[in-house]
Amino acid sequence: MKVSDLIEKLGLTVFAGSGSVSNEISGGYVSDLLSDVMGKAREGEVWITLQNHLNVIAVASLKDLSAIVLVNGITPSPDVVEKANQEGIPVLGTTEPAFSITGKIYRLIK
Amino acid sequence: MVKLRYEIEGGNFDLAGGASSQVKKVLKQLNIDPVLIKKIVVAMYEGEVNIVAHAYKGQIEVQIFPDRVEMKLTDEGPGIPDVEAAMKEGFSTASQRVREMGFGAGMGLPNMKKNTDELRIETEVGKGTTLIMTKYLAYE
Repeated sequence: MKVSDLIEKLGLTVFAGSGSVSNEISGGYVSDLLSDVMGKAREGEVWITLQNHLNVIAVASLKDLSAIVLVNGITPSPDVVEKANQEGIPVLGTTEPAFSITGKIYRLIK
Repeated sequence: MVKLRYEIEGGNFDLAGGASSQVKKVLKQLNIDPVLIKKIVVAMYEGEVNIVAHAYKGQIEVQIFPDRVEMKLTDEGPGIPDVEAAMKEGFSTASQRVREMGFGAGMGLPNMKKNTDELRIETEVGKGTTLIMTKYLAYE
């Protein structure tokens, strides 16, 4: 499944990285701790989080994650959007909390 | 041998990860095994963030040899009073501000140890810390 399929099926908002929505999704990871994501997330996974600052983009880029999904209606700041566009990381958004959006993503990709 | 050197500014989280990102690009260009690149980058990022979160300033020197990558991270900072405690997962002295950003979970040094073959820590309280990490390229 591609990031673009996820956007379409779940009606996610695309805040940044629209040029990289053909990224292939290998799985998902839910965490708000950056070192946890650094240590445990795997290439191609979608990262579901409420963290919203530049380091989130740095971690996603270093780990070659396929996309970031911001939960609870969080909107990224302009510097985050700019960095995500530079790095080619799709930053998506949902008004849903992490639990329900994770359940939906899980059902789609498993 | 390829030698890279970066200056790291303490407290500036906006730039954290920049050096690790540069090193990742160079390792890719050198056609190093992607599995090893990932481990090197995780270890280096954690070290870079530690300098930003705890020290006043620091340098990262990366030397890429045919058989190994050596990372030397030197900082001027508070030092680590109890290295044994700092190596334990969950132990952290990070500030509230740093924790709110999702850092300071006490996973930095354990992640560095897990992802490298050798980790040496030289630290002096009130002066600073030097970390030397080695990852061998020939075998896993």
